[in-house]
Amino acid sequence: MKFLVNILIIFPIFLNSQSKLESSMENGKSIYNDFCLRCHLSQGEGVEGIYPPLAKSDYLFKNIKQSIIAVKLGGIDGDIVVNGKKYEGYMENMGLYSDEVADVMNYILNSWGNNYNKIITEEYVDELTKKK
Amino acid sequence: MKYNILLLTFFLFINFSCAQDLKPLDEENDSSILIEETNYEMELVFEDENIIWSIEFINENSILAAVKSGSIFKYNDGVKTEIKGVPEIYLRGQGGLLDIALHPNFSENNFIYISYASGSRDAGGGNTTISRAKLINNELVDLKVLYQGTPNTTKGVHFGGRMVFDDNNHLYFSIGDRGNREKNPQDISLDGGKIYRINDDGSIPNDNPFVNDSNAIKAIYSYGHRNPQGIFKNPDTGEIWTNEHGPRGGDEINIIKKGVNYGWPKITYGINYSGTTITKDKKLPGMAQPLYYWLPSIAPSSFEYISSDVYPGWKGSMLAGALVFKYVERIGVENDKVVYRSKIAEGLGRPRDIKQGPDGYIYVAMEKKGVYKIVPKRVMPK
Repeated sequence: MKFLVNILIIFPIFLNSQSKLESSMENGKSIYNDFCLRCHLSQGEGVEGIYPPLAKSDYLFKNIKQSIIAVKLGGIDGDIVVNGKKYEGYMENMGLYSDEVADVMNYILNSWGNNYNKIITEEYVDELTKKK
Repeated sequence: MKYNILLLTFFLFINFSCAQDLKPLDEENDSSILIEETNYEMELVFEDENIIWSIEFINENSILAAVKSGSIFKYNDGVKTEIKGVPEIYLRGQGGLLDIALHPNFSENNFIYISYASGSRDAGGGNTTISRAKLINNELVDLKVLYQGTPNTTKGVHFGGRMVFDDNNHLYFSIGDRGNREKNPQDISLDGGKIYRINDDGSIPNDNPFVNDSNAIKAIYSYGHRNPQGIFKNPDTGEIWTNEHGPRGGDEINIIKKGVNYGWPKITYGINYSGTTITKDKKLPGMAQPLYYWLPSIAPSSFEYISSDVYPGWKGSMLAGALVFKYVERIGVENDKVVYRSKIAEGLGRPRDIKQGPDGYIYVAMEKKGVYKIVPKRVMPK
């Protein structure tokens, strides 16, 4: 009985968060295609040595907070090493709003073999990037 | 003297030996087969960590620089002075503060023209806007919007935004397709995917091609463009030349002719960046062929004509910024055919704007690096 109650409580929560993620990823995909695809390409593969990959990127998963801040506030400047390759370029400020940053991050973090166990929310992006 | 004659013979030989119609490179080839120029040095004029999208010369000592994120400064003798009164910019993807152009009679009327993305999220996004102001005491005053692309869209691509004057004080400017290629470029009742021509006060020249078409936008001069971001007036012919960002393998050079349809997206030599087909047609009746298309794409960022005698052998050729390969490309054209391509300043940075200054030297704005001057190496006779 207790088990059934647990299922009844947990399952809708699970469903709800699934659909939240899906709809965020759907928005994120159109943002990605408009703002990111030109450099990082359609499967997040990037261009070796020029535009770092997002698919299975060790740098991205080690630096999720920094990546969110970079997408919101104006890119990554300076050398980074992604999957053993050095990248010297920079990403400019795309002018995305916090909800758009959340959506595109959810899309990137859960596509092309990527898998992230949390949903990035607009509030979280705001919290990370609010001006001090 | 003897050395000079030898040098002259050498340059003549180079020009002669290359006088053939250059075909775009094969996709498999990379840019490395381009000739590398060596007889020059890149001299830093001033450093800047921002993306300078355009530069203009007030005079030999004074450079105006427009920064994409929304500011303009004047560089004079080692000192940067912020220009006040810059309108609010809609910073979005490729959009921001774009080009600046001085009126041909700037020294008398102080008119400066600026192109930028304007709009906001509440306004449904933004679009390319052309304004005129007076530059007085380092401040933009009497700002007047001359043209505003519609409708606003949150799309972050293809704002165009380059401007140039012709010999009759007409202002030409580009607006890219704004990410709606299925609707905008082929429809002259809509903005986007066009080269426009207006008078210096924003009014419509009465000999614009579509002034008698009741559905048309009267400022349109040519259409069927994707994202033109390089433009110059050929000082020999008075013609307006552009280059445009095409799809993958479809960057183009065009000479802009009145009322002409340049075909995007009905015809193109390129494919989608994802690798899928846009159209099978490269040519169709009623649509102009490009003078040249780049394969592979270089992502041409600006376009300038060398009219000065500062560079031996370079006079009459053209320069375009290759954003993707990070070099300045010199393009030799004879009888409207590209006959020569070489690269300058490879690896220095992303060249966003290229201008010949009043001193005849070529200046290049490199993103996040600053402004450089191309200085020919002096040949010292023994």
